[in-house]
Amino acid sequence: MTTEAPARTWPRDIYDVFKQVGIEQIAYVPDAGHAQLIRDCEADNAMNVVSLTTEEEGVAMLAGGWLGGKRGALLMQSSGVGNCINMLSVVMESRFPLLMIVTMRGEWGEFNPWQLPMGQSTGKVLEDIGVYVQRAERPDEVRDVVHAAAQMTFSSNRPIAVLLGQRLIGFKDWSK
Amino acid sequence: MTNSANSAGRATRESNTRPLNRFEITKRMVAKLTQGEAVIGGIGNTNFDLWCSGQRPENFYMLGSMGLAIPIALGVALAQPSRKVIALEGDGSLLMQLGCLSTVAIRAPRNLIIIVMDNGIYQITGAQQTATAASVDLVAVARACGLAASHWAADEADFDALFDAAQERAAPSLIALRIDDQAAVGQTEREPARIRDQFMRGIGAKGNRPVTQSPSNKI
Repeated sequence: MTTEAPARTWPRDIYDVFKQVGIEQIAYVPDAGHAQLIRDCEADNAMNVVSLTTEEEGVAMLAGGWLGGKRGALLMQSSGVGNCINMLSVVMESRFPLLMIVTMRGEWGEFNPWQLPMGQSTGKVLEDIGVYVQRAERPDEVRDVVHAAAQMTFSSNRPIAVLLGQRLIGFKDWSK
Repeated sequence: MTNSANSAGRATRESNTRPLNRFEITKRMVAKLTQGEAVIGGIGNTNFDLWCSGQRPENFYMLGSMGLAIPIALGVALAQPSRKVIALEGDGSLLMQLGCLSTVAIRAPRNLIIIVMDNGIYQITGAQQTATAASVDLVAVARACGLAASHWAADEADFDALFDAAQERAAPSLIALRIDDQAAVGQTEREPARIRDQFMRGIGAKGNRPVTQSPSNKI
């Protein structure tokens, strides 16, 4: 018997929300959990998609995008959250919106011990600097969580991070 | 002729034998801005002298987030492709975020101009030396990242020529200047929300507004 994992639909749901809420700038540091979403965004000529060298560049680039009148989203893995904490000051003090879509590592079935410290701290660190944190754990709730976060950030000029639980991405079996 | 040296790509940091003054060169640049160009002033003396050059509504002043003037300018440039956007950054700040040069080179916005003020010191914190004082040539770094139109300005006239060329170029440009160790002539008012709001109105950007409602949770 062969078993094939069903195709994930939630990355496409996120893309659909981006289109619905008028997001035109995507800044990302790659993560396997975001690979499909990145492909969908890069295939869209109406989106400016920028691959970063570090997440903090993306915080700034999207602040610049907002300064120029465009909505954007920052895609990253939980380990990248630690990289951009100080740079969130510009968002907090100048009152920018910021939609961060964070794929979680180090919290559920993690195989790499080096991912645990940042993965276990991601939500706490974000909340400590003043970012509102929301989570999606089930595939069928991703769309609404991202949409609600977009509504909040772009209506309030406050940063919001959506943490996509590691359980959504699945258990990576390294035993084979 | 310093221009010929630049066009041949031979100018180096050392060929700028007479350090320029940040405030003087900033005023010189601002006088050339007649098309509503946006300017992002990097942290510290760089944005202080921009502030003191006259508070254009199209200026944005960074009071923190060292190293991010160029990424902010990139976002503005992508958002408003018909407007030239200028990032003013110091050597210490750029050294903190060298990766952004590769990001800019790959994306290659046609409307972005980067000005680097290099005095070889962290002037505002007590004049400790930066890596450019020892070995790093930021124009060489930019070129190695793929920013072909990167040049040292040897003097004021050379800066004028390089800036005029950058204004006409349909590709990103970087102009570096060796500057003296003078502090800025004044300081930016520290009211970041007001700065952000004035800048957005200055370049006609829309502010916050509700997003489209989702069909699945519409009330």
